Formats: sequence, C-alpha cells, structure tokens
Amino acid sequence: MRIVICIKQVPEISEVMIDEKTHTLRREGVPSIINPFDENAVEEGLRIKEKYSADLIVLTMGPPQAEEALRRCLAMGADEAILISDRIFAGSDTLATAYTLSLVIGKLNPDLIICGKQAIDGDTAQVGPELAEHLGIPQITYVKKVEIDPKENKIILHRETDQGYEIIQCRLPALITVLKVLNEPRYPSIKGMLMARKKKIKIIQAKDLEIDPTRLGADGSPTQVVHIFTPEVQSSGRIIKLEVKDSCREIIKYLQQEKII
Amino acid sequence: MAEIKVDRDKCNGCGRCIKLCPFGQIKLVDRLATIGPGCTMCGVCREACLARAISIVKKELHTENFLNYQGVWVYIEQQQGRIKSVSLELLNKAKELTQKLNQELAAVYLGNESSKILDQLLSLEIHKIYLVENEFLNRYTTDAYTQILVSLVNQYKPNILLIGATNTGRDLAPRVAARLQVGLTADCTDLDITKEGYLLQTRPAFGGNIMAQILCKYTRPQMATVRPNVFKKSIPSSITRSPEIVKVKAKISPWSIRTKIIEEVKEIDEVINLEEAHIIVSAGRGLNSPENLYLVRDLAKVLGAAVGGSRAIIDAGWLPHHQQVGQSGKTVAPELYIACGISGAIQHLVGMRTSKRIIAINKDPEAPIFKIATLGIVGDLFKVIPLLIEDLKRIKNE
Repeated sequence: MRIVICIKQVPEISEVMIDEKTHTLRREGVPSIINPFDENAVEEGLRIKEKYSADLIVLTMGPPQAEEALRRCLAMGADEAILISDRIFAGSDTLATAYTLSLVIGKLNPDLIICGKQAIDGDTAQVGPELAEHLGIPQITYVKKVEIDPKENKIILHRETDQGYEIIQCRLPALITVLKVLNEPRYPSIKGMLMARKKKIKIIQAKDLEIDPTRLGADGSPTQVVHIFTPEVQSSGRIIKLEVKDSCREIIKYLQQEKII
Repeated sequence: MAEIKVDRDKCNGCGRCIKLCPFGQIKLVDRLATIGPGCTMCGVCREACLARAISIVKKELHTENFLNYQGVWVYIEQQQGRIKSVSLELLNKAKELTQKLNQELAAVYLGNESSKILDQLLSLEIHKIYLVENEFLNRYTTDAYTQILVSLVNQYKPNILLIGATNTGRDLAPRVAARLQVGLTADCTDLDITKEGYLLQTRPAFGGNIMAQILCKYTRPQMATVRPNVFKKSIPSSITRSPEIVKVKAKISPWSIRTKIIEEVKEIDEVINLEEAHIIVSAGRGLNSPENLYLVRDLAKVLGAAVGGSRAIIDAGWLPHHQQVGQSGKTVAPELYIACGISGAIQHLVGMRTSKRIIAINKDPEAPIFKIATLGIVGDLFKVIPLLIEDLKRIKNE
C-alpha cells in the first residue's frame, strides 16, 4: 500500500500575534511549525504503515525552508519526502494549490491520501476536497477514526457530523482529512532525527511537471485578496471585583435586568 | 507569472512591512525592502506600506461575458425536516445582495422528502426555488450532491452561490468549486457587493488575527461558504411573493456514490446544539481539570444552556470537537454567553464576540476576555459558580 500525506508549514498562531498598541500583526519571534492537524495525518499514516506495512510519502508545496517541516516528518518515520517548490507557485489559492498537488500525487498512484482537516493560517479546509476532485477519487472529511481492511481494499471511517458522527465505508483509493482527536502524534526519536538528516528530499519544480501554466500560482488563482485589516475589539462592559457573594448578586441582578431569568 | 514588486523610489526602508509579514519573508537590503522566496503574495505588506511602494502584479485574465450568470443562490441545508439556521441567515443576507445587484434570489434544495422544507421556504421572500428530489439524495453524500449541484449550476448559471460553513457545507463547496474550476472563499463572516458589482467576501485569517477581503473576478459563480450566526435569520414575511418552483429531475446512478454510510450516530449529549443555543456556558483552562467540568454543566443545566469549550480544553480532550467555540470550532452568537475560566485568545473571541451579552468569570483581571465582556467578574470561579448555581436554583423554585 502507498500512502501520501500532505502537510503545510505554517507560522505558529499564538495569542500574542496582535500588537496591542498598533493593532497590527506581530511576526517577530513567531516560529514555523508543521500545521498541527497535519501531524495527526502523519501519525495516522505511520500507524497504518506499522500495522499493514506501507510506503509513506510526505509531500508539501511551499518555499525552500519548508524542507525543515518535511525533515521532521522523516524523523517521525516517513519513508520519502517531496517538496514542490517554485517561484511560479507563489500566491496559489486553494484551487491552484490543489491542481499543482494533483499533478505530482497523481503520478505517485497512492492508495490513500491523508490531509489535516485544515491549516491554521488559512483555515479554509478546501485543499483536501479540491485535491480529491482533481484526482477523481472520493473524499471523506472530518475523520476521527480510521480502520483499514487491506484484503477488501476498503477503509472504514468515523466522520464527524454536526450532530455526532457517521460510520462510512469506502473503497481505496480515497482521500481523507483528519481531526486532532484521531491520535496523539509521536515525537521523533533521536535515531529518527539522525536518519532524517541523511535522507534526500526530492524537489519538484514547475519544469518537472506537465502543466498548464495559466492554472498556477497567483495567475491561476481565481480568488484575490484585495484588502486586509485588523478586527476591532469592542469594549463597553462593566468589570467588577467583589466578594463572592456580591459577585453572584451582581450576576443575578444583571440576568434579571436583561430578562434572562 | 504574477509578481510582487517593491518600488525603489518609493520605499524608504522604514521596516514596517518586515514586522508585519506573517511569513517573515521581508528583509532590508541597502535600506530597500526585499522579498524572499517564501512570499505567498498575501498582500499584508502592500496594505501596511505607508509609502505605497509595494505592488502585486497579476496577469489580467480575459473576463468572459458573465452577463448570462444571474441571480444569487442559497444552498438550503436541513436537519430533521427543518431548515438549518445558517441557511435562513444566508437567505436574509442574500436578499440584501440581490437588491444591490437587482437580481433574483433563489433557494436550492436537494433531498428526498421535500414537502416540509418547501412549506418553510414558501413563507419567505424568495423569487425561485430549485428543487431536486431523488431517493439517492436522502442522505448527504459528497458524490451525489456534488453531481447534482454542479449540473444545476451549469444549467441555470447563477452569479453567486452561497453555502453554510457547516461540516456538510465545507465538504460539498470545495468539491463543487473544483469541478467547476471556480474560486471559493471559505468561512466568510461578511458579504457585500462592490461598486463594480463583484461579491466582496470578508473572512478571518491567521487565527482571527486579521481579516481579509476577497474578490473573485474571473470565474462564475462567485462561491463562498459562510459561518453560521453572523447574519440575522430570514423570517416569514407577510407579503407572500409565492416563489416560482423549478423542479429539476435528476438521474443518479447508485454506482456513482462511492462512499457508503453504514451508521449514523447522534452524539449531541450536551442537551442543545451550540449554534442554535440561546444561552451558552463555556469552559476554559481555568477549570484546571476535566473533573471540574461539572461546574459548567450544572450551571448550564439550571439556565437551560448548551455547553461549549475553548480550544485549549478541546485539544486536551476534555470535550468533543463539536463543542469547540472559536476560529477552528463553531461561531456562536447567543443571547447570553458565559465564559468560565477562559482567558480570551483572539481565536476564541472570533467565535463568540457577536454574542448579545457576555459574562466572563476569570481570576486574572488582565484577561483579554474582559475587553469584550458586558459583565466581567474578577474572581475565583470555583467559589463564584457553585454559589451562583445555588442562587439560580432558589430563584427558580420561588
């Protein structure tokens, strides 16, 4: 079995990213990490590999420094890593990203593709389904449990819905996007890290692909960011610091006055 | 190829863009802002530059004649025979958009038994209802729903297609957009029409730290998923317009549905669905351990409220993901939101700041949650909540 995991390197979104004074984004000192949901994707791939033996390829599209994120996946236990990197891909929206990924992944002929639910910088959750569509394979999103039936070439999944979950069965090949609750990602071992350092990361550029250049990067992206601003935080409330008894009385008074109770 | 350019003559080397670049891609080289290879052309620097030295040049695509794409469509999602709130919210917002565009408003419903849904739609101010009934649309599947929605779009050519950003909507919309090869903006929190007649889509990014406004000039329909609870619901109107019902026959081969639902499990055990709740009591890290969640549950019970949680405690596994409030969870706007031991990271605030009333209980007076609270209680929640529950019970019994 061959499994492809799509990952993304993202800035660590923290509580301190907005500068209180200037109300602007503060980037200094914010490290780059593997998108947290993608770590769960890698972990799930490793578990399947350990149980049924599989060939595990991690793949990302991004700038040259995204290699660092791929190395970490190799250290966790992935077999191969591919970096799709070219200036021409810059500014890709989800449609152009999914198109580019599909050209590379299609050639790998995977049985299963695992993506994180969404990336924490863009939060779109669109690349997974758009990639599945470009590859012409089924998708199951918001997966929180995975079982494989290698004999029947099937997967059985628990997919989170708005009221609970549904149990879905699907033939491979398929693409799934996964939630955090799926598993607990492992830390790379020292041995793994040493091995990862020696491994070669395959770099793919636009010239290596048979592509329609009009569908790449910012030019191939139908959505266009035209303006960016920082959200305003309104404030007009009353803050009180009283004895417990009086605090409760204030809450009750407020609830009565607002006709909640 | 698209390019980002820094105008040498205009750049004064102030370094503002360097601080603001979310990807850390800008450096000063000889007092000139120089952009690194990891640039994603997100446009933050262009907006930030006071000297207007940064520009992003995109190849202008030839725009087809889009005049035959008319009308605003809202995809109607149902749950147990009732139209979901988010669809009603979208119908209301879409009405405003259609007035600005002077185009028609249409509801699109795919399902099996549609009479109940149709009854609800008929009382709303809509011009058209596209209705597709088929036994294979009984339950949502990506394959069948994509196939039908795509064929409807190809046949009737809407200008705008709006879908609620629910788990179902976020599964369906990207699949449809990719098949049509059109742009899609995820999780919008506001929509408007520009002077030129484009759909202006506003959405949070970077964990809610910034808002981005997005246009989709070159493909039709203009597609967006929209967060629940950001617009007011459409209410039945006294002026009956009697919408035109367009029944479309669909042929679905069972073989084209590649996923099989074996079982559906309902799990919303915390009484009420967060997005529909009038009162929400939410728990944060301040509760110290999952054993203490009973405090929040008991308070919710006496108020008839739903229980939510911050990302920190959902990531720690204290509550299931569907109870998470915030950027990567649900957006809620109840009559009353009670935040217990939640500090108020921006990504949480994004998901609840439009609540009508917010009571925050937290021991740290500096906690950001107090900035948006209508009533802030600085105090020990382990003492305040039990007493509050007691008081509320007494009032109830009186």
